[in-house]
Amino acid sequence: MTGERIKQSFREAFRQSLREALVRDERVFLMGEDVGRYGGSYAVSHGFLEEFGPDRIRDTPLSESAFVGAGIGAALGGMRPIVELMTVNFSLLAMDQILNGAATLSHMSGGQFHVPLVIRMATGAGRQLAAQHSHSLEGWYAHIPGIKVVAPATLEDARGMLHTALEDPNPVLIFEHARLYPVEGEVAADAGPVDLERAALRRAGRDVSLIAYGGTLDRALEAAESLAGQGIEAEVLDLRVLRPLDEAAILASVARTHRVVIVDEGWKSGSLSAEIAARIAEHALGELDAPIRRVCSAEVPIPYPKHLEDAALPQAARIAEAARELVRGG
Amino acid sequence: MTRDALRREVLEALAEIAPEADPASLRGGVPLRDQLDLDSMDFLNLLIAVHQRTEVEIPEADYGKLASLDQIVAYLEARQPGGRD
Amino acid sequence: MPSLGADMDRGKILEWRKQVGDSIARGEIVVLVDTDKAEIEVESFSAGVLEAILVPVGETVPVGTPIARIRSAEAGARPAPKPVTPPPPAPPAPQPAIARPPAVTPRELPPAPAVASAAARPHATPLARRVAAELGVNLASVAGTGADGAITREDVERAAAPRAAAPPPAVAPAARDRAAAMRSAIATAMERANREIPHYYVESRVDLANAIAWLAATNAARPIADRVLPAALFVKAVALAAREVPELNGFWRDGGFVPASEVHVGLIVSLRQGGLLAPALRDVCEKSVTQLMADLRDVVARARAGKLRSSEVSGATISLTNLGDQGAQRVFGVIMPPQVALVGFGRVTEQPVAAGGLIGVRSVVDVTLAGDHRASDGHRAGRFLAALARRLAEPESL
Repeated sequence: MTGERIKQSFREAFRQSLREALVRDERVFLMGEDVGRYGGSYAVSHGFLEEFGPDRIRDTPLSESAFVGAGIGAALGGMRPIVELMTVNFSLLAMDQILNGAATLSHMSGGQFHVPLVIRMATGAGRQLAAQHSHSLEGWYAHIPGIKVVAPATLEDARGMLHTALEDPNPVLIFEHARLYPVEGEVAADAGPVDLERAALRRAGRDVSLIAYGGTLDRALEAAESLAGQGIEAEVLDLRVLRPLDEAAILASVARTHRVVIVDEGWKSGSLSAEIAARIAEHALGELDAPIRRVCSAEVPIPYPKHLEDAALPQAARIAEAARELVRGG
Repeated sequence: MTRDALRREVLEALAEIAPEADPASLRGGVPLRDQLDLDSMDFLNLLIAVHQRTEVEIPEADYGKLASLDQIVAYLEARQPGGRD
Repeated sequence: MPSLGADMDRGKILEWRKQVGDSIARGEIVVLVDTDKAEIEVESFSAGVLEAILVPVGETVPVGTPIARIRSAEAGARPAPKPVTPPPPAPPAPQPAIARPPAVTPRELPPAPAVASAAARPHATPLARRVAAELGVNLASVAGTGADGAITREDVERAAAPRAAAPPPAVAPAARDRAAAMRSAIATAMERANREIPHYYVESRVDLANAIAWLAATNAARPIADRVLPAALFVKAVALAAREVPELNGFWRDGGFVPASEVHVGLIVSLRQGGLLAPALRDVCEKSVTQLMADLRDVVARARAGKLRSSEVSGATISLTNLGDQGAQRVFGVIMPPQVALVGFGRVTEQPVAAGGLIGVRSVVDVTLAGDHRASDGHRAGRFLAALARRLAEPESL
């Protein structure tokens, strides 16, 4: 640990992490639409085809079901494939492969087969890509037994989650929020692997817990800053791992502050935030000094015009307002 | 089943239909409908539950023989498939 | 500068295809833009005249920056599309209707638990309750400052601070208050029914020999779970008779009788520990006796378990009470407004009956019809009872 810190964007962090994985283990290869010649639709694999060759950086046909299936096959065969689905919106075409293949083969084979597959996909809204291309479906995947679902929201996690994911004998889905790719920050030059088990307290507080993940973390932190200016100390918990949820961390936070706002870019109904709220009610009811609040996307297909899209997504102002209402009452 | 086991089954079935019934205070020789609030629907449901628990067939013609707890237990004991154990 | 790709943050102007002063049609290419990945022709979405070019060739600007101004040919700016509003949340299921007044019986009117009383339980957060219990604070004496006026932990701690001798926390008298509320609701409804509806009563002793024999034969061939009780026959017979005498099947509304097109039979169900509910069995004429028996068992079980759907507690077009099951010889009921009739069945007994010059013993039941004199008269009622008797005499036809 040299202690040296560098400035890096999330895009660069993901790229570095991916490159290190390709260098470290020759079983690792990357497969997806436009990952090779085009350098990645989000430029994460820019330059990789030249460096690693077409066997390890594979451009696939436009059929998510086919290439996720191929990834499952490769994983079963002993490789360590990283399948890139351009976005979670297109992952729907591969859902059968993910659920009925990747997630289930280990169980159905009585443990004879494992599927050490990593799937990376961009997710989220905020770039005016409108109804069909703005989904946040992490919650749907977090519903499935047999896989891990993670959402890196910090540069350390962008650098470190892939490494641990590749070591997992079972499938891991990594959700990269598209809005974060160009966002820059500081991170240790030698940032290494991180765990895929625990939530992380990004800001300590006392009056209310803000639980967030992925693209909503920075909104929650922004809300916490604004609340601090009004004398309300909010605690911000970054879930990091959406399946399995770090229930202990969630309940501990509620036990400290007794009020909770859950932030989820998915639609409220049947979302991950609903699962978290249920667990809090199931295990920490006696700790609650106010109803559980959720700040999610409005229950509409995500609009195209900027002002409507902004209004539909969970913004810092809404989060702060929800927290304020819980603390101040009425 | 022994007589005691049969009696237990009947009381459990009764508890599902008339949860307020106190088994300890039920008199075995007195018709159940005189001691508890059981209408014809309740009685039918009781017999269905007893039938399911003990596998004893209970033709409608025999309902008259099943007024009290003691009568029901004796009836069941005599008609268990496979006899008493 | 439009966003021309998922990952584009800025673009460079390569070439203006239109000059200031040119008119532009909707869909015409106006400018060529370089996005780092490709050169893309950008079209205009408005028709009009190019009034000003704001960014010259060669300059790079972020997505969203205005690059040109077009004076629209249309009279005014097109109004922004209505923002999509999410559909309103589904209204919560309505509470079950207050239990209707029961048929009058020799028994005392018991209370029923359907309506919950609002004021019994103080509105406090779970944490506040826990702390109140620990500190011995009576929640009923604490003012709440939380969401919806809930008592919060802070409120409790504030109340505990002076440490006046706090009485033990009040035991929530929910059940007692609910029962009292129900009793008063039933009393009000009964008063209203008796006050508003001019009741008349007609009764008849119905021969059940055929019905009982039919039941015995049918049930002998069925497993116990599928056997039919007389009540199912009564319900079907009432429905068929009501169809024949439509003045008894419907509602008194706004000073007139409104006949109902279907027959939905309301059933008075007594609840254990007291109280009554009146669920309706729908479209009884269309159902077989077997189906009705199954529906009856289901609805009674659910009524007693408190699991009736609100749609089931309303809509009856005529009602039936079968208190003979509890020992009453005959039943004089109180009609449940807005219905106009109530059929009461007493106990099935064996009675001596004269037939063909001989005395025999047959199963009979005393049936009483309570009618609303504004909608029907004794003549109609008599026809109803005759129809009922006829139906029960031919149980295969039910």
